[in-house]
Amino acid sequence: MAVDQSVIGTELSPTRLVVDAGRLRFFAKSIGETNPIFTDLDAAKAAGHSALPVPPTFLLAIELDRPDPFDWVSDLGIDLRHVLHGEQRFAYQSQAYAGDELIARPKIVDVYAKKGGALEFVVKDTSVVRPDGERVADLKSVLVVRHPEVQQ
Amino acid sequence: MTSDIRAEVGTELAPLKLAGISRTTLALFAGASGDHNPIHIDIDVAQSAGLADVFAHGMLSMAYLGRILTNWVSPESIREYGVRFAAVTPVNSEPTARGRIVALDTVDGEARATLSLSVTLADGTVTLSGDAVVAL
Repeated sequence: MAVDQSVIGTELSPTRLVVDAGRLRFFAKSIGETNPIFTDLDAAKAAGHSALPVPPTFLLAIELDRPDPFDWVSDLGIDLRHVLHGEQRFAYQSQAYAGDELIARPKIVDVYAKKGGALEFVVKDTSVVRPDGERVADLKSVLVVRHPEVQQ
Repeated sequence: MTSDIRAEVGTELAPLKLAGISRTTLALFAGASGDHNPIHIDIDVAQSAGLADVFAHGMLSMAYLGRILTNWVSPESIREYGVRFAAVTPVNSEPTARGRIVALDTVDGEARATLSLSVTLADGTVTLSGDAVVAL
């Protein structure tokens, strides 16, 4: 089923997350991180940081901090099992640290098809900011939706 | 921990070779990253979609590439970081993350390096290709 172009411009629910040190240590463990600045406050301070720094790709977790972070995918008529992550970009404006409250504001910015509709692409831009509006990063996610039922 | 490699075009960052990505790693990454999509952690869901098994989150490999960046420079020095996910990463595969400096320039008075990034599996499959811009 083709995604309706009218969804372009739709703003998804914003999320807020206070990034805590325990969550960052859990993330570090899950990616096998061995650089102590991401897990050990003393090492982080020795490297000039005020707290544990947020690693570069963790910022995507802000917008996933909802009970059902993929409900908008289902709302578009997309079967989540057929979704692949196609591209991901981050442009950073300021470094985030443990203890920071971060707000993610995602928005669907494009939808297009390739291969006669067998593949659809949904592009989502997310701005991550602090409560005072200071920008932390801009994220761009491209999701690829496979439509195995479409004959090429 | 930040390594003192010289910033010259062609310089390779220290590669990061991972042991096989276990199901435990996928479960931990699902929890830590907030991406609970069952296609990565529940073989029943994967098989219901016609797949033989679960596969790793693309963001896990992007995080591995992020590790080689932050082994080189401090995280606040990263200006941009992007990847294209070219192939799925099967469970138990062994990725290697690599980065190479491809350009040096100065933007708004700040010296910057542009890197070409990739993740490959043991069989040579390129799963991610990307780029990053870091301040020096």
